[in-house]
Amino acid sequence: MKREMIYKRFERFWHWSQAVLIFFLMFTGFEIHGSYQALGFGPAARLHGLAAYALIGLWILAIFWHLTTGEWRQYLPTTDRLGAVVHYYLIGTFTGAEHPFRQTTQAKHNPLQRLAYLSFKLLISPAIWISGLLYLFYNQWPVWLQDSISLGSVALVHTAAAFAMLIFVIAHVYMATMGKTLFSLVKPMITGYEETQEKRAFENHPPSR
Amino acid sequence: MTGYSSARYAALAARAFILASLVTLLLAMLLAINAAPAAAALDRQAPSTADHEHFEELQGPFASGPEVTEACLGCHTEAAKQLQATTHWTWEYMHPETRQLLGKRHVVNSFCGSVTSNEPFCTSCHTGYGWDDMRQEPPTADNRVDCLVCHDTTGSYWKSPTGAGHPAYELPDPSDEDARQPPDLAQVAQHIGPTSKQNCGSCHFYGGGGDGVKHGDLDSSLINAPLSLDVHMSADGADFACADCHTTSAHSVSGSRYLTTARDTQGIDVPGHTDFSRASCESCHGDAPHQKTKLNDHVDQVACQSCHIPEFARGGVATKTWWDWSTAGRLGEDGEPLRIRDDDGHLEYLSTKGNFRYGENVVPEYRWFDGEVRYTLRSDSLDDSQQPIEINSVKGSHADSTSRIWPFKVMQGKQPYDPVNQHLLVNHVYSADDDTALWSNFDWAKALRAGTEYADQPYSGEFDFVETRMHWPITHMVAPSKDALACSECHSRNGRLAALTDFYLPARDRSVWLDRAGWSAALLVLVGSLAHAGGRIMTRRRRKRS
Repeated sequence: MKREMIYKRFERFWHWSQAVLIFFLMFTGFEIHGSYQALGFGPAARLHGLAAYALIGLWILAIFWHLTTGEWRQYLPTTDRLGAVVHYYLIGTFTGAEHPFRQTTQAKHNPLQRLAYLSFKLLISPAIWISGLLYLFYNQWPVWLQDSISLGSVALVHTAAAFAMLIFVIAHVYMATMGKTLFSLVKPMITGYEETQEKRAFENHPPSR
Repeated sequence: MTGYSSARYAALAARAFILASLVTLLLAMLLAINAAPAAAALDRQAPSTADHEHFEELQGPFASGPEVTEACLGCHTEAAKQLQATTHWTWEYMHPETRQLLGKRHVVNSFCGSVTSNEPFCTSCHTGYGWDDMRQEPPTADNRVDCLVCHDTTGSYWKSPTGAGHPAYELPDPSDEDARQPPDLAQVAQHIGPTSKQNCGSCHFYGGGGDGVKHGDLDSSLINAPLSLDVHMSADGADFACADCHTTSAHSVSGSRYLTTARDTQGIDVPGHTDFSRASCESCHGDAPHQKTKLNDHVDQVACQSCHIPEFARGGVATKTWWDWSTAGRLGEDGEPLRIRDDDGHLEYLSTKGNFRYGENVVPEYRWFDGEVRYTLRSDSLDDSQQPIEINSVKGSHADSTSRIWPFKVMQGKQPYDPVNQHLLVNHVYSADDDTALWSNFDWAKALRAGTEYADQPYSGEFDFVETRMHWPITHMVAPSKDALACSECHSRNGRLAALTDFYLPARDRSVWLDRAGWSAALLVLVGSLAHAGGRIMTRRRRKRS
């Protein structure tokens, strides 16, 4: 057994502040959508915009961090043991099987996580950002844009992406409780350290460089 | 060698003398400033250079309004000609866009109907004397202009309600002690001044037959308005007179209900950059008046009035919202005209006029408006299968960049029309001495026959009542900013703009299908996760047991 830093300080800061912002954005966003009344439309819209700017700032930092540290490779998709991981969640977890994947600093995410996070980063988030910025700057649209799309279609995309985000969050939160104990997977995301077994960790092939 | 020449001495002495004189003068001035009593402060409220009390021409006595006007015109040589060129005089307006001939002389409204055939009553609000036939132009003589109704500052001048514009010259009933005294014309003439709220209000607050009846945003409560009612006209606010915004030039007053500036893109009026009118909010407030950018993002599509006049008729004076002429003419058992009040003390029924409904603190209706108003004139045909008939309709849409969302009072009711010829009918309601006027004879057939004949209007002889609707733009009674509408008044599922469906409004609009799919999928994932968790717990227990 070995205690190893899996999630570095910035990574944890990024993850949790992003989590807080996304929860807040969903809360205010669905009020703006008209699903319920809580803060009032005006305050909700203003805070939604501020939180969006904060998240954009955070993302700029995170992209810079991923590029400079090479951590972006953590999200390269792989089919290696993907079937095994899917099999574990569908069957193994009920029969008491071991999780087929042990994380290392080289490969923090199992192949299913890689796919989920990659689609989060490449599909859901860009859809939210682009539609959200268009929504926010509706009044500044140039004429050619006014002629080609409507606010309604932008709102439709933004809402659809928000639902995708909501679904991601529900699944993500649930799967974070699926460790040995309820919080064993969340703990390293807070402390940064994971107790890894060197032998098992060695079995993981580091992603090709 | 001598030192200084005599000439040089003389020059020096002169210089010393000048210096000494200057110093003395300066000292004297300083002393004078300290010692002199403070000069009387200029009265900025009344900066006129003339006190009309001192004018011989105005000493009177005057037997009639026109005599006063002659005296006025002795100095103000162009005033009558100026006024006679305005809509206040002609009651006629050729709409430059629709080419409809409008103005009180021509339109039908949803209150008293038509001026035509009811002249001496209706023209009591004409800025002239003796216009008693709408089929003719207003009187052309210069002395027929009424200067006093707009420029009286005493509050004692009043026009007889049935005098075709003339003031009351004698007490109608000398035994009635409560009767209003006829004005002392000389006294009024000597105390004229700029127009005030009282002057404009004497007609514009009482349109449609009573205080607040017609407009909803103009009534006598504005005379002593609290700040909460009107930030501009309240003495606790800007203390404006009407003319502070409705700027005038050559007696022509700016601001029009027929062709409104629905979106003023000129911004703040400064010399060299002005349309010579302050009758738009932007003229003073500019086109980015809010501190919050998102609010400024609204001004291109939402008129200031829509948010800043949350309700109209807020001053305690009710406005008429429904006038059903069809029930008029019913008399009491004693054969006398009826006068029934509702629980709020408002007139509910009059034999002369029919049934009414009133409203206070009325939430406006909202329409896209580019400033153009089209009327259903009495010569226009209508379609009685499409009720209510729009007495006037406002043009505008989201797609049109000159349109904005404006608040309106929507006046509704029933009015007489010709079901054969399909047009609105001229209704003869008032006459002092004939046997056809509705208000004295209560006979619809006679009144409509007389009205249409007088107006030379085609009439089949059959009449019925058609439901009508009229739009009155709301622009007065601007509330303090803290009382402006909250965003959610419009940005909600069933908000104030529920009727304007030609654009996407956040929080109101959505794709119901996307919402159903989204919430279902999220619920499915949630339930699936819980079921998965339940399965894990159950199988773990079973494994432990075995």
